Amino acid sequence: MLRSYLPALVFVLLGAGIGTLFAFANRMLGTKRRVPHKADPYECGLPSEVKHNFKFGISFYLIAMLFILFDLEVVFLFPVALQLASFGTFALIEIGVFITLLAVAFVYVWRRGALSWT
Amino acid sequence: MTTVLAEVGFYEPVWIQILKALVIFAVGLQIVPIVLLAERKILGRFQQRYGPNRVGPFGALQPLADIGKLLWKEEFRPKTSIGFLFVLAPIISIITATATLAAVPFGNVVDIFGEPVGLYGIDVNIGILYVFAFGAIAFYGLVLGGWASGSKYSFLGAMRAAAQLISYEVAGGLAVVGVVMMAGSLSLTEIVEAQAADGMWFVVPQFVGFLVFLTAAFAETNRAPFDLAEADAELVGGYNTEYGGGGFATYFMAEYLNIVVLSAITATLFLGGWLLPFGIDPPTWVDPLVVIAKIGALSFFFIWIRATLPRLRYDQLMSFGWKILLPLATINTLVTAILVVVW
Repeated sequence: MLRSYLPALVFVLLGAGIGTLFAFANRMLGTKRRVPHKADPYECGLPSEVKHNFKFGISFYLIAMLFILFDLEVVFLFPVALQLASFGTFALIEIGVFITLLAVAFVYVWRRGALSWT
Repeated sequence: MTTVLAEVGFYEPVWIQILKALVIFAVGLQIVPIVLLAERKILGRFQQRYGPNRVGPFGALQPLADIGKLLWKEEFRPKTSIGFLFVLAPIISIITATATLAAVPFGNVVDIFGEPVGLYGIDVNIGILYVFAFGAIAFYGLVLGGWASGSKYSFLGAMRAAAQLISYEVAGGLAVVGVVMMAGSLSLTEIVEAQAADGMWFVVPQFVGFLVFLTAAFAETNRAPFDLAEADAELVGGYNTEYGGGGFATYFMAEYLNIVVLSAITATLFLGGWLLPFGIDPPTWVDPLVVIAKIGALSFFFIWIRATLPRLRYDQLMSFGWKILLPLATINTLVTAILVVVW
């Protein structure tokens, strides 16, 4: 069964090969003229100050949390969607209840303003 | 040549599997420079100019010249960057793009010299989920690249890319649920077979799903009008600001390969894959050509949209994804479920 994934492995290796080839060829072929200022991060005019513990707006974190909620919804819908024809009305009602519950959460989140970008 | 019905779990001997992976990879990689050149030529025409026409006949060698130029550039990275991740990130991007290419079906199982061969990289029973899984990993390529660069612009581009990708992935995933309900399978070849059995492409009964999926595809490939993660005018390239030479070439190829692959997936899910309209049933060797023609048509649509629509503002992008696409996709799922059960 796992054997049917073998081509995918070949694709992954080929992709990695291309990326590595480009990086390697660039290192071999590229000109080398080091100037200290070349190693500065890009900035337009001002000297650049960058830290890796950069803080971001809270909206980004909210979106990430909402994503977990709604992506789980999608994940749970897939198995029901597959067997919808064989389970019929039972599955339909299940989907209805599930989506209604999520819709309530969605309306709540919307009303609280989590979806408005500030 | 006779067509055997694809069965999930069918696989060829090892050497055929490896050989066909190489062939599909080579073909897929040939489409990339064509799309690249087509984009520049067509954009040129949209703007009343010629586009590239110096390198080779009609500028046909332009993509090659571009790659060559990039490889001969100096390789350097900012002193604030995290070296290991900085090199790794573009490679993650290209790996996910090629890995998704494996799932694209160019045809069903056919006999080639007496051996049954499936005209696809892999056809597994989780088909479409495999595509989504690698689509989600692609996100690491962009975010790690932007974060490891250690530049303000890259940081902003990476964060934008992150929020945008996850927002539109939800809507895109929900749009596919409708297709899965109608086909009763996650396998991409079986979804195409279901469209053949229904006698119509899923774009007709799933038109809303098609629109939502296509919009999500634009957002996931960072294409105009959703190219805020790159936003040349304000972020100077976004997550790839600090990349030049080989790393940039890799990102570039990954981006265009993603366009090709998502066009192919859209064609498979909604536009009947290798099927021709009006019940025309050509010999099986035409199937891959039909798929490639559909990829071309959808890629042209990607370019057309880029020439037509201006870039959205970031808050517009977010509210469009969450307040319009997500409810639309949810309603589409509910309506499809009712229709499938009642019929």
